[in-house]
Formats: sequence, C-alpha cells, structure tokens
Amino acid sequence: MSKQDFKLFEDMMKKSEAAIPLVQILDEKGKLVNKGMKSSLTDEELVDLMKVLVWGRTTNERLILAGRQGRIGNLPPSEGQEASQLATLFAMNKTDFVLPTYRDVIPLVHHGMSMKNAVLWYRGHVAANIFPEKIYGLPAQTIIGSQIIQAAGLGYAYRRDEKDQVAFTYIGDGGTSQGDFYEGINFAGIFKSQAVFIVQNNKYGISVPREMQTKAGTLAQKAAAAGIPGIQVDGMDPLALYEATKTAREYTMAGNGPVLIETLTYRFGAHTLSDDPKRYRSQEEVDEWVAKDFLIRMRTYLGEKGLWNEEMEQEVIDATTKEVNDALDLADNEPKMKVSQLLKNVFEVPTPRIQKEIEMYEAKEEN
Amino acid sequence: MAVKNMVQAINEALTQEMKRDERILVFGEDVGTNGGVFRVTDGMVAELGADRVFDTPLAESGIMGMALGMALGGFRPIPEIQFSGFTMEAIDGLLGQLARHRYRLGGKEGVPVTVRSTFGGGVGTPELHSDNLEGLFAQSPGLRIVIPSGPYDAKGLLTAAIRNNDPVYFLEHLKLYRSVTEEVPAESYVIDLDKAHVVQEGTDITIVTYGAMVHESKKAIEKLEKDGISVELIDLRTVAPFDIDTILNSVKKTGRVVVVQEAQRLTGIGNHIMAEIAEGAMYDLEAAIGRVAAPDSHFPFGQAESIWLPNASLIEEQVRKTMAE
Repeated sequence: MSKQDFKLFEDMMKKSEAAIPLVQILDEKGKLVNKGMKSSLTDEELVDLMKVLVWGRTTNERLILAGRQGRIGNLPPSEGQEASQLATLFAMNKTDFVLPTYRDVIPLVHHGMSMKNAVLWYRGHVAANIFPEKIYGLPAQTIIGSQIIQAAGLGYAYRRDEKDQVAFTYIGDGGTSQGDFYEGINFAGIFKSQAVFIVQNNKYGISVPREMQTKAGTLAQKAAAAGIPGIQVDGMDPLALYEATKTAREYTMAGNGPVLIETLTYRFGAHTLSDDPKRYRSQEEVDEWVAKDFLIRMRTYLGEKGLWNEEMEQEVIDATTKEVNDALDLADNEPKMKVSQLLKNVFEVPTPRIQKEIEMYEAKEEN
Repeated sequence: MAVKNMVQAINEALTQEMKRDERILVFGEDVGTNGGVFRVTDGMVAELGADRVFDTPLAESGIMGMALGMALGGFRPIPEIQFSGFTMEAIDGLLGQLARHRYRLGGKEGVPVTVRSTFGGGVGTPELHSDNLEGLFAQSPGLRIVIPSGPYDAKGLLTAAIRNNDPVYFLEHLKLYRSVTEEVPAESYVIDLDKAHVVQEGTDITIVTYGAMVHESKKAIEKLEKDGISVELIDLRTVAPFDIDTILNSVKKTGRVVVVQEAQRLTGIGNHIMAEIAEGAMYDLEAAIGRVAAPDSHFPFGQAESIWLPNASLIEEQVRKTMAE
C-alpha cells in the first residue's frame, strides 16, 4: 500500500475538522474581534445580557453555598457555563420550548421556572416539576441524550403547525457520545425540525475528558453527518453565543431544519457537590479557564462603553442573593409529598389496582 | 357484519381514529409507502396522506423520542416498532421517558402515545422478532400493555388505547394476524382497557391467559369438556396493569387455576398473576396454582418453535393435573 492511500484519508479528516467555523466576537481581553459574526446587540440589550449573566453566576454561587450548608440536595453547578446557557437562551423567545439537562436548571429559571421550584428540584420534590401555564419547557433531563430526540419531535410538531416556536435543547460533550444524540440530530434533519441544539462542551463528562468521548476533532462536525449545520462558538463569549443562537433560530424558522452549536466552555467547579475534580484535572487548567471567564471580558467591554460598573453589578448580586435566600425559605415551607399523591400521578385515571393503593395510603396519611 | 382478520381490524381502527382526529399521526419503519411489512397500514397513505402516515429512519430510540416530542407539541402519535425485540433499542424512550412523563410532571400532563409493535411465536421469524417481552415492560409503572387475542378485541382495544391520554404499548401477535377471523363491526367501538374478558364461564377450574394462548386454551377446553370438566377462561386483554378482581373472583368460584402464557416461566405476566392469586385467594384454592409457560431459554430459533412453544396439549395436561390434586 502506498502512502498516497493514507493521504486520501488523512486529508478527509483534516478537511472535516477544518470545515468547522469558530465564532468569536469578544476576545479574552474584552476587545471586539468579529470572527465569523458581528454583534447586533444594542447598548440596552448588552446591559440586560450582563445582568442575566451576573444573575446566573450569583445564583450558582448562592446555591453552592446552600448546598454546603445542607439546604439543597445534590447540586450540579454550572459556574463557567452560564454564558453557554444564558447568552444562548437570551436569543430565544419566551414561547420557545427549553429541554434542559440536569445542569441547566438555572436557564430554566431564566425561562420562567420559579427559583423556589429550582430549589425543590435539587431537593427532589415533585412540586418542582409542576410548571404553571406559559412556561415552555420540561423539567431537567437525567438521561444525557434523551432530550435531543424529543427536541427533534417537538421541533417537527412546531414546523407542521407553522408555529413561531423552536425546540431549544442543551447537551453536554459527554451526551454527544450517546446514541440518542445521533438519532436525534438525524431525525431532526430528516424532518426539518425547528430545533437548536446547544452542545456545552465543558471538556469533561464527570471525570472523563472530551478526548475520550470521541476521536473527532470537534463535536460540531458530527452535525455534518446528519446533514445539518454545526459550528463552534467561544463559550466564554456571550456576544458570539447570542449571535450564533439568534442566527440559528432564524435559520431553523426559515424552514431549513435544525442547527447544532458547540460552545467551548468549562465547568469551573465540580460535576456535583459530591464530586472532587482534583482527581481528574489540574489546577493549572482550571486557572487557565477561570482567566477566560466571560464576566471579566464583559466587564471590560461594557465598562469601556460606560454601560457597566461595580455598583450595578453589586445591585444584581444583592437582588439575586435575596431571590435565592427567599426561595430557600419558601421551599422549606412546601408541604411534604404524599405517597397517595405520587400514585395519583402515574395515570390520568388510576387503574383499579392503583386506586386501591391510593385508598390504602390515604387511610395511613390521615393518621 | 363482515368477517375480518386482525390486520384488517387494526387497519380499520387506525384509519377511523385518524379520520376522527387529525392530530393522530402514524409513523415508523416501512409504514408509509410500503404499508407496513405486514400490510397493517396498507392504503393509509392514499387515504390519509403521506404527511400523516410516514416512514422514519431505522432507529427505534429515535422513533420513541420523536413520539414524546410530538406529543409535547399536541399530537397523538402512534409510532410503530416493527418487531418487539427492536424495542430493546428504545427502552429509555418507552420506560424512562414516555411511561414516566405524567409522574415526572406531577400528574399535570401525560403523553397520549400508542406504541404498536409485533411479537409472538409460530411464524418462524429470525431472532429478536418474536420474543415475548411483555413481562419486561410490564414492570414499569405508567405504561399499559395491551395484547389482543383476536380481530374484534384488536379493533376495540386499539381504539381505546388511541383515545387514552397515557402511553400504551400495543402488542400484535404475529401468528394471530391472519389465522383468526371473526365478525368485526364496521363502526368504531371501544373495549375497556382495564378489564379482563371472561371468554367463557365455567365452574371447575379457571384458565388465565392472553394473546395466542387464548386459542390454544380453547382447543384444550374442547377436549376437557368432553370429560365433563367445566373451564372458565379469562383473557387478560390488558396484561399490565392487569385486572386482578376478575381473576380473583373467578378463582374464588372455581377453586382451581392454571396460568398460561407463551412467554418463558421467568418472564411474561404469569409470575405476577400467581403472586396475586396466592396473596388474594390462597384459602379459596383446592389445588396448587398450575402453570404452563415456555422453557427458560431465549426465544427459540425458528425451527425449534414447535418443541418450545406452549400448546393446547400442554395446557390440557396441566389442567388435568390440577384437577386431580
């Protein structure tokens, strides 16, 4: 076999990786670089976006603190990933339907879920999942790829009904290894689903590095196999995340099918509060990413524009701290769950057997 | 009233329901242009349109997840999993997602999805086409599993399943598709999903069964009746959650029972039925609970079906044994 035969394969591999664009608008120093896209945000929107980002970070910090105080169950924090979650969601409408993973409870709150319900979700209370009308989303998904194929189905339903709505879903880098990811993006392509897939590549599936998830050079290039667009975005650049998502929304609403966006981000903290990340990654790596924090570059950029200052930030921090503290108190007052109620939730109309169990538990609960 | 087979009865139920409610969609592998590999959806594209009866990529988990997503969007999906063994690829979608959805959402909303699939021995399929997996899925709360034993039941039960607002796994027995014909009304009708069917009343012994074994039991009963043994035959229809009261009432009356299933002893619904009888009617029994089931190997290679599947003579033998105790 000649070397030329290998070259054919190697060229194909290089080309498929090189074909993936990386969008960056605001660099680490807070300077506009406009790689791939330009920002369309007005000054007012920039301030709103910054408020949302600071709210997200503060929420994470307060929840982690509550977790350490034993006031929350097991928390999967998302410090570092808030831009990937919230700057993308910032580009969606309130009537777009969010299908989150377990790390995306904070964006779900931004989309309308109450902070109290978020606390109840972490604590493991069913009341968390009972959304009032007009909250377009599902409770956080535990299986790491299921929501992708569900988004394909919902996005297809939206297209059939000519709705101005998009199924908007997150997945992690680990989730892209799962079969449902491939089946989901493939179905969404075939059925031209109105869907946007946000892959938050935080470099680890718990402890397993991204390099162990796939030999592919990028996660975005997997989209090509499904015949849909896939791009990479600097996950620490809120302007790029917003612009890419907004464009993806317009693209899918125009009838072109779904878009996959891989955000290059990092989980500053642990996988959950019971995880010790020192076992699988170095402090140097963490420091390197913390220096890339989107808040640093946003403070610089907005500060230079005269749109943001420390007082404004403190105001958001204080309000958010109160919001989380109030939610913790409210959640403390939530009535305890009853077995009879859980049984009633299994079927629309309890089957005769379940009805008997309901009556049995109701009799016990009265005592 | 016209005589129809189960393929025709199911086609009729699907078509009538889809005409009644435009939010119902049928999709799966080969269900569109091809009309299904068993022709169950034959003619439906022509009658209802290619946008309501359509093919999907060959990926079962995808099909199941699509169904949930479409239900979120207000549709009433009827996905087809071509053979029940392929459901293994979609267990998260079926049990982890569809069956759990209402419970997860605190009872607020369910998913009106009817998953149709095929199973059952006697037609010599390749591996993982015929397996009796109902017992496996029956362990999940929130999922009804329906197995009709003939065309009349198939139409009424499928119509009820489609109209139900919770997920139903509707299993169509391959051997029953064309081997059993009976009168089926042209108009729509529903059969209660949560009720077993007393096929025939009797006084000496009860047979509890479902699916193709209803017919093997009938053959056995013909012979038993010649010897004056009066058998009450119960067809579960909905095998999960099954109708305990009808079983217990019958067993209390006859004092003897044989549980018959096509599935292996370790699987199926039989174990659960026996447990309920032991718990609820132990002191009404005059003999140990009898059981007819397949051996505990995997579902057999096609040519071994005749030596593996339970049949009328095994049922007859067991009934006589239980009667003699």
